[in-house]
Amino acid sequence: MTRFIAWRIVQLPLILAVVYLITFALVWLAPGSPYGNNDRALSEAAKNDLKARFHAQSWEKFLAYYPWRIVTHGDFGPSLSYEGWTVNDVLRSSLPVSISLGLFSILIALLCGSAAGVTAALHRGGILDVLSLSVALVGISLPPFVVAGMLIVIFSDGLHWLPSGGWGQFRHMILPAVALALMPMAYIARLTRVSMLDTLGHDFIRTARAKGLPKRTVVWKHAFRTAFLPVFTYLGPATAYAMTGSFVVETVFNIPGLGQHFVNGVKNRDQTLILGTVLVYAALLLALNLLVDIGYAVIDPRIEIAEKAQ
Amino acid sequence: MTNQIRNPKPELSPKPETNSVIRASGLIRHSGFGFRISIGGSILAFLLGLCLVTLPWTLHASSNFYYDRQHTDSALLPPQGHTPWMWFGTSKLGQSLLGQCLAGGVISLTIGLAAAAISVALGVTVGILAGYRGGWLDSLLMRLVDILYALPYILLVILFKIALESPLGKILRSSAAANLVVLFLSIGLVSWLTMARVIRGQVLSLRTLPFIEAARAAGVPQHRIFLPHLLPNLVGPITVYATLTVPQAILQESLLSFLGIGIQKPLPTWGSLASDGLGLALAPVASCWWLLVFPCTLLGVTLLALNFVGDGLRDAFDPKREAAHI
Repeated sequence: MTRFIAWRIVQLPLILAVVYLITFALVWLAPGSPYGNNDRALSEAAKNDLKARFHAQSWEKFLAYYPWRIVTHGDFGPSLSYEGWTVNDVLRSSLPVSISLGLFSILIALLCGSAAGVTAALHRGGILDVLSLSVALVGISLPPFVVAGMLIVIFSDGLHWLPSGGWGQFRHMILPAVALALMPMAYIARLTRVSMLDTLGHDFIRTARAKGLPKRTVVWKHAFRTAFLPVFTYLGPATAYAMTGSFVVETVFNIPGLGQHFVNGVKNRDQTLILGTVLVYAALLLALNLLVDIGYAVIDPRIEIAEKAQ
Repeated sequence: MTNQIRNPKPELSPKPETNSVIRASGLIRHSGFGFRISIGGSILAFLLGLCLVTLPWTLHASSNFYYDRQHTDSALLPPQGHTPWMWFGTSKLGQSLLGQCLAGGVISLTIGLAAAAISVALGVTVGILAGYRGGWLDSLLMRLVDILYALPYILLVILFKIALESPLGKILRSSAAANLVVLFLSIGLVSWLTMARVIRGQVLSLRTLPFIEAARAAGVPQHRIFLPHLLPNLVGPITVYATLTVPQAILQESLLSFLGIGIQKPLPTWGSLASDGLGLALAPVASCWWLLVFPCTLLGVTLLALNFVGDGLRDAFDPKREAAHI
């Protein structure tokens, strides 16, 4: 177990380095330049001046300066398109927003999704099953911006229950989190249903019922704990989705999260900002995947981790 | 050491789980799932047929249905029953929304199919290689898949797109064509991951079955094992995941369009029409609801039908799903 974790932790920086290099290659090859994108065009001399200031005259100079700064100082450098901002400033102001929104929506997805899945599995073929499956299918068949728009029309313009945008209070978080949660929720509901049905067919469930345990205990203590495993592994991709979807949802609800900065960075070819954002996203997701894998091993002792470590 | 050569990578051989090997014959045995497949399939065929049949009008510059014909005097009109080209209303620039939806359907579905084709080609190759060869190649490919999985989808699509767009534009000498091809490629290039994982898993369990071992023992070369022996047994999962890739890709495109990095105007897709309409449709005063409702309904119905077919196929191909009651 320790060996497996140690090996995965050793891998982390390597993977991040690969991610950095791939992203850098793609961004560097992309046409366009981060300088003088605003209303006024810059002279060639001014551009060269800026490039020298940002250590971006050539790819060798860029790679010789920035990666080292990141490793030694945790400094992603200045943003090339937001004047006077460093990438660290941008991350500091927007990352907490994105993370809290993402975590809240995953929580919603997990709670509602698994409850719906278990209900559907217990009433297989019944109305509840059909109902939850159709909601789930609709959930994965609409783009998040449409869901967000419908939520605004119903709960904000129509019922005036919740604000249609902004950030700062808990009420601002509810609609965007629900819009973001719908798709992972649909997947989790389907996963839970299938794996519950699978588990409920096993002998140990029949034994538990036969020795007189109440149905509720069997369902939640015996079946659900086993059936939860595939859902647990889905948490990694689900978080990745929540982060991706947050790009869109943040725009609809006007939330000052990281998504808009990444999109702006791409549009302005802001190399340092893109690299910083990608690296932070990748680090978060990799760390989360590692936690999920460790948690999986803790929950399910049948997994032989030693084999994987080879 | 000699032992390792004779039985390559013993540490990787999984428990023989014949149960999890999806059989193609399952489709016939569980015809109960045929209902979902046929309903979804006929909706799809109907929509695709409609979009294709009307192409002569939606692409003909002098037709009222032409997706970019701007009727400047009739912008933002709600749907009107008596003139066919205004059945879905008109856009901000006075284009026929019906024409745009029909032309956009072709592009949206093509994006989905192209992504599915790329994901089949790449995913199956990587999956078979990783699963059958095992060893360092398996580790390398699967780590690559892990890394790509770890990055948010959209992020990769965007990066691929900005990197590929200008070189392709030079080759094709048309920025609109390059935009379209890059969209196909970049969405396709990120959608093979699940396919690769699933196929690898299947190959791992197929590899231990007697008929493959017999073929290997008889001295059949590797490439002859892949095609006639392995591939037919993989048809099930390939069909299922290819079907499920199509709606994913169509959704990806709509997200890209929403962020303003998708398809270039005036070419329409359902996703770009919906995202363009969002602002005007949500306007509290004088809402142009038709700009959102029609493209979204088409998009939703298509994705629903595709997911329906995909789910039906998956249940049909997977005999494990049948049992289980309490």
